[in-house]
Amino acid sequence: MTFEQIVFYFFATVLLFAAGMVITIRNPVKAALSLVLAFFTAAGLWILLEAEFLAITLVLVYVGAVMVLFLFVIMMLDINLLRLREGFGEYLPIGGIVAVLLAIEMAIILGPRHFGLQRIAAPAGHPASYSNTKELGRVLYIDYVYPFEIAGFILLVAIIAAIALALRRRKDTKYQDPRRQVRVQRSDRVRLVKMPAEKKL
Amino acid sequence: MIPLSHYLILGAILFALSVVGIFLNRKNVVILLMAIELMLLAVNMNFIAFSHYLNDIAGQIFVFFILTVAAAEAAIGLAIIVVIFRNRGTINVEDLDALKG
Repeated sequence: MTFEQIVFYFFATVLLFAAGMVITIRNPVKAALSLVLAFFTAAGLWILLEAEFLAITLVLVYVGAVMVLFLFVIMMLDINLLRLREGFGEYLPIGGIVAVLLAIEMAIILGPRHFGLQRIAAPAGHPASYSNTKELGRVLYIDYVYPFEIAGFILLVAIIAAIALALRRRKDTKYQDPRRQVRVQRSDRVRLVKMPAEKKL
Repeated sequence: MIPLSHYLILGAILFALSVVGIFLNRKNVVILLMAIELMLLAVNMNFIAFSHYLNDIAGQIFVFFILTVAAAEAAIGLAIIVVIFRNRGTINVEDLDALKG
């Protein structure tokens, strides 16, 4: 067994274990942490496939941003765990059957008969001077520049949509109104009261 | 060397696991979103494996765009969950029956 195979099987085992934890574990916080493990392990597999830039992107964007957002939301909401687990065992048999059939069917098609080393040989390694990031950037900014800009626009729309959904003005919150602050007059605030001085006793 | 089929079958098993996750956790919207993220990860795995074995970098470009869309989807999905929780006080799918569907 070569080192590459050992790494692949180890990472694949950890990835499937983490995915299993995500879907079966009781506590959503632990499920989110298992998902972090799954993403991190997948990034390791992508490095094995010589997609270094995307592997680092997966760690930065998913583990660093998206999963932290998930954890924020889970911890912010007060979730009643017992009620959410209702029907877990009820759907286990049918879900298990569907998943096993799905995996077997895909394994038949994607198995070594059609996608083995005889059909698709492993590619020759790149020279040491090859840069995955450079190559990716060259293709992305030349051949795929319009899709790239559309992707940026999608992110902008997502930002605006998320803010518009979650933002609200509470009625009982006090906030400043600069327009009224600027237009205020002296007569609105100061009232001069004239009264006689008190007499000495 | 590891054949391409190993990566494809790994992606298939990951996809099947996330499908069963949607079956099992059909009350909890947050875990449903997580299962969708796992599905996208399985798809990305296939794209990168093909990109490596066919020596075509277009597959990696596609993964880049899938990551973009997945991040946007997660952000909007979580915002919707926060709004639902604020209005209803629960994220149980059973209680979200205002549309009488």
